[in-house]
Amino acid sequence: MKVTINGVAAVVAEGITVAALVRDRAEGPSRMAVAVNAGVVPRSQWEETRLEPGDSVELLAATAGG
Amino acid sequence: MTVDQVGPALEAEAAADPFVLAGKSFTSRLLLGTGGVPSLEALERAVVASGTQLVTIALRRVEASTSTGLLEVLNRCGVHLLPNTAGCMTAREAVLTAQLAREAFDTAWVKLEVIADEHTLLPDPIELLDAAEQLVADGFTVLPYTSDDPILARRLADAGCAAVMPLGSPIGSGLGIGNPHNIALIRELVSVPVILDAGIGTASDAALAMELGCDAVLLASAVTRARDPEQMALAMRHGVQAGRLAARAGRIPRRWHAQASTSMQGRPDL
Repeated sequence: MKVTINGVAAVVAEGITVAALVRDRAEGPSRMAVAVNAGVVPRSQWEETRLEPGDSVELLAATAGG
Repeated sequence: MTVDQVGPALEAEAAADPFVLAGKSFTSRLLLGTGGVPSLEALERAVVASGTQLVTIALRRVEASTSTGLLEVLNRCGVHLLPNTAGCMTAREAVLTAQLAREAFDTAWVKLEVIADEHTLLPDPIELLDAAEQLVADGFTVLPYTSDDPILARRLADAGCAAVMPLGSPIGSGLGIGNPHNIALIRELVSVPVILDAGIGTASDAALAMELGCDAVLLASAVTRARDPEQMALAMRHGVQAGRLAARAGRIPRRWHAQASTSMQGRPDL
Protein backbone atom coordinates (compact mmCIF):
# COMPACT_ATOMS: atom_id res chain seq x y z
CA MET A 1 0.00 0.00 0.00
CA LYS A 2 1.08 3.56 -0.63
CA VAL A 3 2.06 5.83 2.25
CA THR A 4 4.29 8.87 2.68
CA ILE A 5 7.39 8.50 4.86
CA ASN A 6 9.29 11.63 5.77
CA GLY A 7 7.73 13.48 2.86
CA VAL A 8 8.56 10.81 0.25
CA ALA A 9 6.03 8.44 -1.36
CA ALA A 10 6.69 4.82 -0.38
CA VAL A 11 5.15 1.38 -0.78
CA VAL A 12 4.96 -0.75 2.36
CA ALA A 13 3.38 -4.05 3.32
CA GLU A 14 -0.37 -3.96 3.89
CA GLY A 15 -1.15 -3.26 7.54
CA ILE A 16 2.49 -2.84 8.56
CA THR A 17 2.93 -1.77 12.17
CA VAL A 18 4.83 1.35 13.21
CA ALA A 19 7.25 -0.91 15.10
CA ALA A 20 8.04 -2.88 11.92
CA LEU A 21 8.48 0.30 9.91
CA VAL A 22 10.93 1.65 12.47
CA ARG A 23 12.90 -1.60 12.32
CA ASP A 24 13.06 -1.37 8.51
CA ARG A 25 13.83 2.29 8.15
CA ALA A 26 15.90 3.45 11.12
CA GLU A 27 19.24 2.53 12.62
CA GLY A 28 17.59 1.54 15.87
CA PRO A 29 14.39 2.16 17.75
CA SER A 30 15.97 4.02 20.66
CA ARG A 31 15.94 7.81 20.82
CA MET A 32 13.37 8.09 18.03
CA ALA A 33 9.89 9.48 17.73
CA VAL A 34 7.10 8.72 15.28
CA ALA A 35 4.19 10.84 14.12
CA VAL A 36 1.39 9.54 11.91
CA ASN A 37 -0.85 12.10 10.22
CA ALA A 38 0.59 14.84 12.49
CA GLY A 39 -0.24 12.93 15.68
CA VAL A 40 2.28 11.47 18.14
CA VAL A 41 2.44 7.68 18.29
CA PRO A 42 3.82 6.85 21.75
CA ARG A 43 6.50 4.18 21.83
CA SER A 44 4.18 1.96 23.89
CA GLN A 45 1.76 1.86 20.94
CA TRP A 46 4.23 1.14 18.14
CA GLU A 47 3.53 -2.63 18.09
CA GLU A 48 -0.24 -2.25 17.88
CA THR A 49 -0.45 0.77 15.55
CA ARG A 50 -0.98 -0.31 11.93
CA LEU A 51 -0.58 2.06 9.00
CA GLU A 52 -3.47 2.72 6.64
CA PRO A 53 -3.15 3.52 2.93
CA GLY A 54 -2.35 7.19 2.42
CA ASP A 55 -0.93 7.71 5.92
CA SER A 56 1.78 10.29 6.31
CA VAL A 57 4.54 9.11 8.64
CA GLU A 58 7.36 11.11 10.18
CA LEU A 59 10.34 9.16 11.58
CA LEU A 60 12.37 11.54 13.71
CA ALA A 61 15.66 11.46 15.57
CA ALA A 62 18.20 13.76 17.16
CA THR A 63 20.31 16.16 15.18
CA ALA A 64 22.55 19.04 16.13
CA GLY A 65 20.65 22.22 16.84
CA GLY A 66 20.79 25.43 18.82
CA MET B 1 46.19 32.86 46.74
CA THR B 2 48.69 31.74 44.12
CA VAL B 3 47.93 31.68 40.42
CA ASP B 4 47.72 27.87 40.57
CA GLN B 5 44.88 28.10 43.05
CA VAL B 6 42.72 30.47 41.00
CA GLY B 7 41.21 27.82 38.70
CA PRO B 8 40.11 25.44 41.48
CA ALA B 9 38.89 28.41 43.54
CA LEU B 10 36.67 29.49 40.64
CA GLU B 11 35.24 25.98 40.39
CA ALA B 12 34.59 25.94 44.13
CA GLU B 13 32.88 29.30 43.83
CA ALA B 14 30.61 27.92 41.10
CA ALA B 15 29.78 24.88 43.24
CA ALA B 16 28.86 27.13 46.16
CA ASP B 17 26.60 29.19 43.91
CA PRO B 18 24.54 26.58 42.08
CA PHE B 19 22.24 27.39 39.20
CA VAL B 20 18.86 25.91 40.09
CA LEU B 21 16.53 25.36 37.16
CA ALA B 22 13.17 23.64 37.63
CA GLY B 23 14.42 22.07 40.84
CA LYS B 24 17.59 20.70 39.25
CA SER B 25 20.92 22.06 40.44
CA PHE B 26 23.79 22.81 38.05
CA THR B 27 27.30 24.05 38.78
CA SER B 28 27.66 25.45 35.25
CA ARG B 29 25.71 28.51 34.16
CA LEU B 30 26.52 27.97 30.49
CA LEU B 31 24.08 26.09 28.26
CA LEU B 32 25.48 25.03 24.92
CA GLY B 33 23.65 24.60 21.62
CA THR B 34 25.02 22.06 19.16
CA GLY B 35 23.88 23.74 15.94
CA GLY B 36 26.58 24.64 13.45
CA VAL B 37 29.29 22.30 14.67
CA PRO B 38 31.92 21.52 12.04
CA SER B 39 32.33 17.93 13.32
CA LEU B 40 31.40 15.69 16.20
CA GLU B 41 35.04 15.70 17.34
CA ALA B 42 35.00 19.51 17.52
CA LEU B 43 31.69 19.38 19.37
CA GLU B 44 33.02 16.98 21.98
CA ARG B 45 36.09 19.12 22.64
CA ALA B 46 33.93 22.25 22.89
CA VAL B 47 31.43 20.63 25.27
CA VAL B 48 34.22 19.47 27.56
CA ALA B 49 36.00 22.85 27.46
CA SER B 50 32.77 24.75 28.15
CA GLY B 51 32.02 22.79 31.31
CA THR B 52 28.34 22.83 30.32
CA GLN B 53 25.89 20.37 31.83
CA LEU B 54 22.91 21.13 29.60
CA VAL B 55 23.08 20.85 25.81
CA THR B 56 20.38 21.51 23.23
CA ILE B 57 19.53 19.17 20.37
CA ALA B 58 16.89 19.22 17.65
CA LEU B 59 14.50 16.65 16.20
CA ARG B 60 14.62 16.02 12.46
CA ARG B 61 13.73 13.34 9.92
CA VAL B 62 16.00 10.31 10.31
CA GLU B 63 17.63 10.62 6.89
CA ALA B 64 18.84 14.11 7.67
CA SER B 65 20.08 13.29 11.14
CA THR B 66 23.42 12.42 12.64
CA SER B 67 21.54 10.91 15.53
CA THR B 68 23.64 8.01 16.72
CA GLY B 69 27.00 9.72 16.75
CA LEU B 70 25.68 12.94 18.24
CA LEU B 71 23.93 11.24 21.13
CA GLU B 72 26.94 9.01 21.76
CA VAL B 73 29.16 12.07 22.07
CA LEU B 74 26.77 13.86 24.40
CA ASN B 75 26.28 10.72 26.48
CA ARG B 76 30.06 10.40 26.82
CA CYS B 77 30.23 14.02 28.00
CA GLY B 78 27.64 13.26 30.68
CA VAL B 79 25.45 16.25 29.84
CA HIS B 80 21.68 16.54 30.10
CA LEU B 81 19.78 16.87 26.84
CA LEU B 82 17.51 19.83 26.19
CA PRO B 83 15.43 19.24 23.02
CA ASN B 84 14.35 22.32 21.13
CA THR B 85 11.49 23.11 18.78
CA ALA B 86 13.70 24.92 16.27
CA GLY B 87 12.04 25.83 13.01
CA CYS B 88 8.49 25.71 14.33
CA MET B 89 6.37 28.67 13.28
CA THR B 90 3.03 27.88 14.94
CA ALA B 91 2.00 26.85 18.42
CA ARG B 92 0.51 23.65 16.97
CA GLU B 93 3.83 22.61 15.36
CA ALA B 94 5.83 23.50 18.46
CA VAL B 95 3.57 21.58 20.84
CA LEU B 96 3.67 18.50 18.60
CA THR B 97 7.45 18.74 18.25
CA ALA B 98 7.87 19.00 22.03
CA GLN B 99 5.66 15.96 22.52
CA LEU B 100 7.67 13.99 19.94
CA ALA B 101 10.93 15.05 21.61
CA ARG B 102 9.58 13.86 24.94
CA GLU B 103 8.94 10.45 23.35
CA ALA B 104 12.36 10.32 21.72
CA PHE B 105 14.57 11.57 24.53
CA ASP B 106 12.51 10.71 27.59
CA THR B 107 12.61 14.26 28.95
CA ALA B 108 9.79 16.70 29.58
CA TRP B 109 12.18 19.65 29.35
CA VAL B 110 11.91 21.69 26.18
CA LYS B 111 13.56 24.78 24.78
CA LEU B 112 10.47 26.29 23.21
CA GLU B 113 11.12 28.19 20.00
CA VAL B 114 8.31 29.53 17.84
CA ILE B 115 9.82 31.79 15.24
CA ALA B 116 7.97 34.31 13.10
CA ASP B 117 9.95 33.90 9.88
CA GLU B 118 13.22 32.53 8.58
CA HIS B 119 14.68 35.93 7.82
CA THR B 120 14.69 37.42 11.33
CA LEU B 121 14.25 34.20 13.34
CA LEU B 122 12.57 36.43 15.90
CA PRO B 123 10.04 34.79 18.22
CA ASP B 124 6.35 35.09 17.35
CA PRO B 125 5.05 36.31 20.72
CA ILE B 126 1.40 35.31 20.17
CA GLU B 127 2.17 31.75 19.08
CA LEU B 128 4.91 31.45 21.72
CA LEU B 129 2.66 32.26 24.64
CA ASP B 130 -0.06 29.96 23.27
CA ALA B 131 2.42 27.07 22.93
CA ALA B 132 3.88 27.75 26.38
CA GLU B 133 0.45 27.58 28.00
CA GLN B 134 -0.38 24.31 26.24
CA LEU B 135 2.94 22.68 27.14
CA VAL B 136 2.81 23.78 30.78
CA ALA B 137 -0.68 22.26 30.98
CA ASP B 138 0.75 19.05 29.48
CA GLY B 139 3.36 18.80 32.24
CA PHE B 140 6.40 20.11 30.37
CA THR B 141 9.25 22.09 31.88
CA VAL B 142 9.08 24.95 29.41
CA LEU B 143 12.11 27.12 28.68
CA PRO B 144 10.92 29.65 26.10
CA TYR B 145 13.20 31.51 23.71
CA THR B 146 11.62 34.95 23.76
CA SER B 147 12.21 38.48 22.60
CA ASP B 148 13.70 41.00 25.05
CA ASP B 149 10.24 42.43 25.78
CA PRO B 150 9.92 42.53 29.59
CA ILE B 151 6.13 42.27 29.51
CA LEU B 152 6.13 39.19 27.28
CA ALA B 153 8.74 37.65 29.58
CA ARG B 154 6.48 38.30 32.54
CA ARG B 155 3.50 36.78 30.72
CA LEU B 156 5.55 33.65 29.99
CA ALA B 157 6.66 33.39 33.61
CA ASP B 158 3.07 33.89 34.78
CA ALA B 159 2.01 31.10 32.40
CA GLY B 160 4.20 28.71 34.38
CA CYS B 161 7.40 28.60 32.34
CA ALA B 162 10.38 27.33 34.36
CA ALA B 163 12.60 30.14 33.04
CA VAL B 164 12.52 32.86 30.43
CA MET B 165 15.20 33.03 27.75
CA PRO B 166 15.31 36.47 26.16
CA LEU B 167 17.48 37.08 23.12
CA GLY B 168 20.38 39.50 23.23
CA SER B 169 20.09 39.97 19.46
CA PRO B 170 18.92 37.75 16.58
CA ILE B 171 19.99 34.09 16.46
CA GLY B 172 23.42 33.62 14.94
CA SER B 173 24.00 37.36 14.51
CA GLY B 174 26.75 37.66 17.10
CA LEU B 175 25.63 41.24 17.72
CA GLY B 176 25.70 40.87 21.49
CA ILE B 177 23.12 42.43 23.78
CA GLY B 178 21.19 45.10 21.89
CA ASN B 179 19.08 46.35 24.77
CA PRO B 180 20.83 45.79 28.12
CA HIS B 181 18.17 47.84 29.89
CA ASN B 182 15.43 45.41 28.83
CA ILE B 183 17.45 42.41 29.98
CA ALA B 184 17.99 43.99 33.41
CA LEU B 185 14.30 44.89 33.54
CA ILE B 186 13.29 41.31 32.76
CA ARG B 187 15.48 40.15 35.65
CA GLU B 188 13.56 42.54 37.91
CA LEU B 189 10.11 41.56 36.65
CA VAL B 190 10.20 37.76 36.89
CA SER B 191 11.15 35.42 39.71
CA VAL B 192 12.08 32.44 37.50
CA PRO B 193 15.63 32.15 36.15
CA VAL B 194 16.55 34.40 33.22
CA ILE B 195 18.77 32.76 30.61
CA LEU B 196 20.21 35.04 27.93
CA ASP B 197 19.67 33.11 24.71
CA ALA B 198 20.88 34.13 21.24
CA GLY B 199 23.06 36.89 19.89
CA ILE B 200 26.19 36.26 21.95
CA GLY B 201 29.26 36.91 19.82
CA THR B 202 32.17 36.68 22.19
CA ALA B 203 33.08 36.13 25.83
CA SER B 204 32.52 39.73 26.92
CA ASP B 205 28.90 39.49 25.71
CA ALA B 206 28.38 36.48 27.97
CA ALA B 207 30.00 38.32 30.87
CA LEU B 208 27.73 41.33 30.28
CA ALA B 209 24.64 39.10 30.32
CA MET B 210 25.63 37.79 33.72
CA GLU B 211 26.51 41.27 34.99
CA LEU B 212 23.02 42.41 34.00
CA GLY B 213 21.66 39.80 36.37
CA CYS B 214 20.99 36.85 34.10
CA ASP B 215 21.18 33.48 35.81
CA ALA B 216 22.74 31.69 32.86
CA VAL B 217 23.66 32.03 29.20
CA LEU B 218 22.70 29.78 26.28
CA LEU B 219 24.79 30.06 23.15
CA ALA B 220 25.65 27.96 20.12
CA SER B 221 27.00 29.75 17.04
CA ALA B 222 29.50 31.86 19.01
CA VAL B 223 31.28 28.62 19.88
CA THR B 224 30.41 26.24 17.04
CA ARG B 225 31.23 28.78 14.31
CA ALA B 226 34.30 30.25 16.00
CA ARG B 227 37.62 29.60 14.27
CA ASP B 228 38.58 27.49 17.30
CA PRO B 229 35.38 26.21 18.97
CA GLU B 230 37.23 24.55 21.85
CA GLN B 231 39.11 27.70 22.79
CA MET B 232 35.97 29.85 22.47
CA ALA B 233 34.06 27.40 24.65
CA LEU B 234 36.68 27.86 27.34
CA ALA B 235 36.49 31.64 26.90
CA MET B 236 32.70 31.51 27.32
CA ARG B 237 33.05 29.41 30.44
CA HIS B 238 35.33 32.04 31.97
CA GLY B 239 33.20 34.92 30.66
CA VAL B 240 30.09 33.52 32.35
CA GLN B 241 31.98 32.89 35.59
CA ALA B 242 33.53 36.36 35.56
CA GLY B 243 30.20 38.03 34.89
CA ARG B 244 28.48 36.06 37.63
CA LEU B 245 31.19 36.91 40.16
CA ALA B 246 31.06 40.58 39.18
CA ALA B 247 27.28 40.67 39.48
CA ARG B 248 27.46 39.20 42.97
CA ALA B 249 30.37 41.41 44.00
CA GLY B 250 28.53 44.58 42.98
CA ARG B 251 29.99 47.03 40.49
CA ILE B 252 30.89 50.54 41.57
CA PRO B 253 28.49 53.29 40.52
CA ARG B 254 29.36 55.18 37.35
CA ARG B 255 30.62 58.72 38.02
CA TRP B 256 30.91 61.69 35.72
CA HIS B 257 34.22 62.86 37.20
CA ALA B 258 37.33 61.03 38.29
CA GLN B 259 37.80 59.92 41.87
CA ALA B 260 41.38 59.27 43.00
CA SER B 261 42.02 55.92 44.56
CA THR B 262 45.25 57.16 46.15
CA SER B 263 44.83 59.57 49.03
CA MET B 264 46.30 63.07 48.67
CA GLN B 265 47.11 63.00 52.39
CA GLY B 266 50.85 62.77 53.03
CA ARG B 267 51.73 63.75 49.50
CA PRO B 268 55.32 65.05 49.51
CA ASP B 269 55.93 68.65 48.51
CA LEU B 270 58.43 68.23 45.70
